[in-house]
Amino acid sequence: MLPSIPYAPAPGASPLSRPLLAGTVQAGFPSPADDYMERSLDLNEELIHRPHATFFLRAAGHSMVGAGIHDGDLLIVDRAASPQPGLVVVAIVDGDFTLKRLSQTDDGLALEAEHPNYRPVSVGEETDVRIWGVVTFVIHRP
Amino acid sequence: MYALADCNNFYASCERVFEPKLEGRPVVVLSNNDGCVVARSQEAKDAGIGMGEPAFKCRDRFDRYQVVVRSSNYTLYDDMSRRVVRSILEFVPDVEIYSIDEVFLDLRPLNHLDVESLCRTIRNRVKQWTGIPISIGIASTKTLAKLANRIAKKDPTAQGVFQLPETDPDRALALDSVDVGDVWGVGSRWGAKLRGLGIRSALDLARMPTDDLRKRFNVVAQRTALELRGLVCQELEDVAPPRKTLVRSRSFGDMVTDFEQMSEAIANHAVRAAEKLRHEGGTAGQVSVFLSTNRFRDDLPQYHGGGTAAFLPATASTPIILREAMRLTRFAWRQGFHYKKAGVMLGDLSFGEIQGGLFDTRDHPRDDRLMAALDEVNRKMGAGTLRPAATGVTPKGWRMKREHCSPKYTTCWRELPRVQT
Repeated sequence: MLPSIPYAPAPGASPLSRPLLAGTVQAGFPSPADDYMERSLDLNEELIHRPHATFFLRAAGHSMVGAGIHDGDLLIVDRAASPQPGLVVVAIVDGDFTLKRLSQTDDGLALEAEHPNYRPVSVGEETDVRIWGVVTFVIHRP
Repeated sequence: MYALADCNNFYASCERVFEPKLEGRPVVVLSNNDGCVVARSQEAKDAGIGMGEPAFKCRDRFDRYQVVVRSSNYTLYDDMSRRVVRSILEFVPDVEIYSIDEVFLDLRPLNHLDVESLCRTIRNRVKQWTGIPISIGIASTKTLAKLANRIAKKDPTAQGVFQLPETDPDRALALDSVDVGDVWGVGSRWGAKLRGLGIRSALDLARMPTDDLRKRFNVVAQRTALELRGLVCQELEDVAPPRKTLVRSRSFGDMVTDFEQMSEAIANHAVRAAEKLRHEGGTAGQVSVFLSTNRFRDDLPQYHGGGTAAFLPATASTPIILREAMRLTRFAWRQGFHYKKAGVMLGDLSFGEIQGGLFDTRDHPRDDRLMAALDEVNRKMGAGTLRPAATGVTPKGWRMKREHCSPKYTTCWRELPRVQT
């Protein structure tokens, strides 16, 4: 017996090549929302301005609870934002990452914790302090 | 004008962005399997650690200079490389990604600007936004831009950006300061031969009669000399030419003597190769498998085996590629050897429509949907979440040695850098 040769559609006539009919067929009423359609919201658009300069870090510890930053929170850090007094920053103090609020004091710039038990670190000559990035948003699980 | 932006000690710099303590300390990054030194910070170079040196030969120096050793973390380097490129793209729209740490910039549309100060801005922004230090060389051709980049790196007065002077004697002086072997495209082989002809520097090469170069070497050497004279012979390449083959191979962490381990390793290579091929939108007309013993161990019996199978029609389907790769592995396997390396090569690649086969009964759309679903799950849940059982269930000895690997800081939620509040 001869083997049966299955039917194969000619090239260019595959079922997938038919144009997709988007929208509704005029059989019933058109959707009243057709003219108002917009894209869904994308959180990245709201929270991240420069993806290539934005990093995610994880907060550890309790010294910033006053700023609403808790242990385990996700931090959105923008390295393109300029570190102004009043902003929460990721700083490098003697080679270690630390999360503090940058503040202007009479003696110059300082890094302040937001917890009564912690003292501020002044950004002086004796300590090696650099700013790594600015925290722009905190994602916290309530 | 063209420019070449090159990341300084790229892999070591990536490690430092997330581990600021490494600043100022010698850092080296090792190749896959922690075999050789593939990147060094300036401090490590100063400590006399050579590029490509086997790690075991450096142990004493690692200890003496307290060198920080890292396994290569290509996931991290790749992500950081993309960040650098996107930062540059904010300033210059036409670029060619030449390698993981080098980007050519087409500055011709921006010639009305002060390109040197533009490049200084780019350099500062890239450093601020990504943490990666870069050097930029500016000149009228790609070959000269590469040469200018070298000077930007070596000459501290350049502060990371060097524009090649357009007129002599400054131009000639700069060209004369670069060894002929360090000219882009010359390499060590031609370098030796050129020095034999009395050609020492880039300037000597530029002054050589180009017909002579074509006769003694080839058209590439001739083109290099013309580019050194400032004549553009190479434009930016927008897209890399489509690849001819796709290889996935690796040396084993420990030598493999067991068939099951070998077939699991090859299955993994086949799966990763198929995945990469689909990612690039291609199909393969053939698959080859190869396995070999350690050629440096002359105390052990040697064997190199392999085989090739063809696909009609061409395919990028994991199950089909895997089935053939496993069949070839069974053919190529010989018991009783200590295997050091194995791999899979996909060949006869095409990018575009698949030529249908007359006797092909496979349901292609269904197969494509299955592969798309597989890739999507692995993208979301992490590589290897969904995989054929042939690739093994538990980690095995054939896996790479990566004893000093840093976390995937930028691509894995569980491995984000931690900051103490």
